[in-house]
This record gives sequence, structure tokens and C-alpha cells, in this order.
Amino acid sequence: MNCEQATRLLSDGQERELSFKEKAALKIHVLMCSGCSNFAQQMHVLRDFAQLYTQGGRDDDKK
Amino acid sequence: MNATPTTLDREENVEAFNLVDPVLLKELRVQMLKFAVLQLSDQQLAEDAVQDALVGALKNAASFNRKAALKTWVFAILKNKIVDILRKRIRLKETTGFSTDGEGEEGQNSLFDKKGFWQKEERPGAWAQPMEAVKKDHFWLVFDTCLNELPASQARVFMMREFIELDSTEICESLDMTTSNLHVLLYRSRLRLRDCLEKHWFIKGDRS
Repeated sequence: MNCEQATRLLSDGQERELSFKEKAALKIHVLMCSGCSNFAQQMHVLRDFAQLYTQGGRDDDKK
Repeated sequence: MNATPTTLDREENVEAFNLVDPVLLKELRVQMLKFAVLQLSDQQLAEDAVQDALVGALKNAASFNRKAALKTWVFAILKNKIVDILRKRIRLKETTGFSTDGEGEEGQNSLFDKKGFWQKEERPGAWAQPMEAVKKDHFWLVFDTCLNELPASQARVFMMREFIELDSTEICESLDMTTSNLHVLLYRSRLRLRDCLEKHWFIKGDRS
């Protein structure tokens, strides 16, 4: 598995349940690759950002 | 485009209207409209949806003494309105006729080398304290700019998926596209958005 395939699966993982095989291959790749490991975390962060975007997270009176 | 919604002047809304800072209201309306136009690709429908959402929200404006609360509330109403309109489109099998061809391929290819591994310069770094960033106004300006830089088809599916929280099936039906096309578009939008945020906000971390 290369980084392009790994990131595609990390994005798809937000849309569907990955197969056991996919998950296993992904896990091995991410363990060895810091770029894809960061990318994996950022997929969740992007989702959090999007939720805050429409939930008043952009307001300046937020403490 | 008229910045002062006429319906708001109706008697029953006057009182609620007065409770909300007009400058804030204007800003809010601009943000809402931008969001709705992107989702609906129809200026008139978008203006109507925003109008309805604002009027609906302002009826209860007295209970919103915090700006954030009002904004959360109007966006929630707007999201519901947009979802209703999109679902109606699905039922009518109305196609919006936009294709996924050729958009954003170049940008993606330059991220990876020929073997599909990260180009050295493009390898994602660690983001320092992303949940601190969201407290800063400037961060959201960067976020908006990055969203605006996505090709329209990518921005649209990203917003439908992540802002309106429609699921894949609903988006595919609404836009008459296959699941695999949708997933490719979402993938590209995420690649680009994270790249843009990293380059323009997050200090490039350790790439070793």
C-alpha cells in the first residue's frame, strides 16, 4: 500500500465501514508512515472543524 | 440583493428584530446566503431559504442573549430548510447536471510521487493544537478562504457531507452521481482542504 491508497482509504473510512483486509493494510501503513498518520488524525479534525463552522464556533464571543 | 429582509418588518417580528444587532444580522445573513447558494446552486431559492430561517429564528430572538446561541440556532434552521429542499429534489429526480470530470486532478497528483508516496514537501505534518485554532477569528478566515479555493463540485459535496451532514446515499441521489464518484470528490476535497489549512495556518511540524 502506498500513501495515495492509504489516504484514499482514510477518507473512505469517513463514509463507509472498511473491510478487515483494508483496515489491516491501512494500520500497517500508518504505523510506518508519519505523513499518513498525521493525515488520519486530520480527517477527524476536519470533521470537528466543519461541525463547529455551523455551530457558532466562529463566534468571537466564544471563550 | 437587498440586505434588509422586508418580511422582518412585519409587525409580529418588529419586537424580536429590535433585539438583534443589525450589523450582526447583516453579517449573519451574508454568511448564510453564501452557504445556501453553494448548496442549492440557485440564488432565489437560497435567498428564500435564508429569509425563512431568519424570520423563524427571530420569532424566538428574545431568548438569545448570546450571539453564538442565535447563530447556532439560525444555522440549524437553515440546514433543515436546505435538507428539505434537497430531499424534494431527490423526489422529483431533478438532476443538477454537474460533472466530476477533470476537476482537481492536477492538484492531487502533485502531492504524491510516481509511486504514490508523499512528495517530501507535501507530507502532512502534525497540527499543533487544532482545537485552540478554532477560538481565533483569523483561523476561520483562513478556513473560508481554503473552502473557496476548492473547485465548486468539491466544495459542494464537502459542505453537503460535513456541514449539512447528509449521508452518501442522499448526496448521490440529490446530485445524481455514483457513490464512487462522490467518494473521489470527497477524498480530493479533504486532501486539498487539509493541505491548504496546513500551509496557511498550522505551522509546519516535524516532517521526519
